Amino acid sequence: MHKITYKREMAENTVCHFKVDAPRIARKAKPGQFVVLKANETGERIPLTMGGTDPSNGTIDLIFQVVGKSTALLRTLNVGDAIQDIIGPLGKPTHVENLGTMVCVGGGTGVAVMYPITKAYKEAGNHVIAIIGARTKDLLILEDEMKEASHDLRVTTDDGSYGHHGFVTDVLKKILDDQKEVKLVVGIGPVPMMKFLCKLTKGYGVKTMVSLNPIMVDATGMCGACRVTVGGKTMFCCVDGPEFDGHEVDYDELVKRQRAYLTEEKASMDRFKEIGR
Amino acid sequence: MAEKEKKEKPKIPRQKMPEQEPKVRAKNFNEVPFGYTPELAQLEASRCIQCKKPKCIEGCPVEIDIPAFIKLILERDFIGSARKLKERNSLPAICGRVCPQEDQCEKVCIVGKKEEPVAIGRLERFAADREREKGEVFIPERAPATGKKVAVVGSGPAGLTVAGDLILKGHEVTIFEALHKTGGVLIYGIPEFRLPKDIVQAEVNYLEQLGVKVECNCVIGRIETVDELFKEYDAIFLGLGAGLPQFLNVPGENFCGIYSANEYLTRSNLMKAYLFPQYDTPIARGKNVAVFGAGNVAMDSARTALRLGADTVRIIYRRSRDEMPARIEEIHHAEEEGVQFYLLTAPIKFLGDDNGWVTGVECLRMELGEPDESGRRRPVPIKGSEFQLECDLAVVAIGAGPNPLLPTTTPGLELNKRGYIVGDLETGKTSKPGVWAGGDIVTGSATVILAMGAGRKAANSIHDYLMSK
Repeated sequence: MHKITYKREMAENTVCHFKVDAPRIARKAKPGQFVVLKANETGERIPLTMGGTDPSNGTIDLIFQVVGKSTALLRTLNVGDAIQDIIGPLGKPTHVENLGTMVCVGGGTGVAVMYPITKAYKEAGNHVIAIIGARTKDLLILEDEMKEASHDLRVTTDDGSYGHHGFVTDVLKKILDDQKEVKLVVGIGPVPMMKFLCKLTKGYGVKTMVSLNPIMVDATGMCGACRVTVGGKTMFCCVDGPEFDGHEVDYDELVKRQRAYLTEEKASMDRFKEIGR
Repeated sequence: MAEKEKKEKPKIPRQKMPEQEPKVRAKNFNEVPFGYTPELAQLEASRCIQCKKPKCIEGCPVEIDIPAFIKLILERDFIGSARKLKERNSLPAICGRVCPQEDQCEKVCIVGKKEEPVAIGRLERFAADREREKGEVFIPERAPATGKKVAVVGSGPAGLTVAGDLILKGHEVTIFEALHKTGGVLIYGIPEFRLPKDIVQAEVNYLEQLGVKVECNCVIGRIETVDELFKEYDAIFLGLGAGLPQFLNVPGENFCGIYSANEYLTRSNLMKAYLFPQYDTPIARGKNVAVFGAGNVAMDSARTALRLGADTVRIIYRRSRDEMPARIEEIHHAEEEGVQFYLLTAPIKFLGDDNGWVTGVECLRMELGEPDESGRRRPVPIKGSEFQLECDLAVVAIGAGPNPLLPTTTPGLELNKRGYIVGDLETGKTSKPGVWAGGDIVTGSATVILAMGAGRKAANSIHDYLMSK
């Protein structure tokens, strides 16, 4: 059992930040790795990327958006409540080195995943430009943290309610036009964002890494639920990833596989609304 | 003549276990056989001729004293019988259900030479169930504490056996399990209708009563490496299983609705997706289901699909009936329940719709050619025999390989060219000092009892090592 020691609602109550007791994971986890959690006896195993760790207090940061029953249920938990199972750290850590100038792009709750990675790149000596985006101002998360973790933060909203009016790709394009020396782009967010971001950077010939979030079950390479096609080859995101060369990923297949259980997810959510568990 | 007649028992036929009707059971997840009643068990036990030189014991990978436990059933000492079993086998309720007895003890049974062999597996199951159901589980005495600590990685049949043996010898034992529940393949792989999960849980509870510590959610290789475990433990046993699914590697295999058997069975068994939405994990419920492969896992997948409401379930296998690796009983049960067999048929590609869902599979007919390296006749495609089968769900059950997660994070651990851990078959010793391995991670996918046999040998070797240290 893992006690929740801190809870904060973010982004118009659709995104939630927990600090959770998990001392061994907190000691071991590196940026880019994730955990799988199962809230209770009847719960499903869902992968969540860690938004950070606090080894001295033995906690990990979980930042999640309410997208279905499991995350809706998770949000009903409060400080002092416990999550039954947390498994991790899983996946390969981000390969961090000093490359010079690089751009970290986070969209939606992808910003939470991006945050520890951005911090690590800055600590490794890179000049880090960060772009974060959301549909609207109220959905924007971790602005202060990302400002701290980067040298230069740009903000976009789709509806223009805050920062640049438009998409993260607009801002990225401008940066790539102005600055020839960008060595790496890391993009984490909704699949369409990553897809278009990679289309853009491919034109500029800039290496781009993305972090994928397909459906997983065991997340130890045992089941193959998370298979993604990268460079024409089937990879298991849970053990081969979650980060891949963004120019090689088959995003259309990924989107279809992420939507495999839409009917069941809706039924589950409707039931949750009705009976509250 | 009179002498001879005295020796020959009256011809009592091999007793069947009462079981659910095929039509009924194909719609539920309850266990198929009900097990013997005491009367049936005694009747079957009376068929054993108590050979002076019993062959059955040699046929058993853990050398259970089979005539002795059967005699105790005949004498109505059911609990004594269970204890006799447990002298050699710590998981009799499980082995009585999933062992391939027809290839082991029952294959060499002397009675079986003239008539059907004694139903040793069914009797084993009866005695073990009786002990558990009567709540008379015997807790043996532990040897004095040695102060030595052993880490067992994996809680499948090999790991459970090692833990059970070493705790009785006085060592401290901790089991590390990657999943949130213990039992390994017994929990995630074998369905409820073949092995009820409360039986597996009871076996783990028994080990915990003996003093074994269990830590779930620990992926060794990530949360701790093997080398890090040595800071606290004197010896390590790796019972990792064959936890890497094999796919067909044909076009279209990533369409939605195509599962590895590992995923399909894990969703249904471990996550209880068959109880969705009471349990949160979903599982696709196909009307037309294609299952590739013909081993026990394929039969389990096919029968699970029926129970999840499929109209048609087809086993598609590239060889012929004679080469099917599943137990005869499993094939028989699957056929009774309505599973169809498409033999000498190999998939060449999957077909799908615009949403990325599987809609069918294109296959080729095969014929048998010369024997291959496995000794089985090699299937050869018949030119121009392509045909299509509709399916809205497919399960690939063509075997599993070694999961590389732990081996690749353990320097000094020798692997063979297929990625399995090289372990001495007599002792389980690996190339890395202080590390033993056994079960599927050494042999490749095999049976529960062989994994237990490997666990037993490794436990003896670990004990010798710890006591000489």
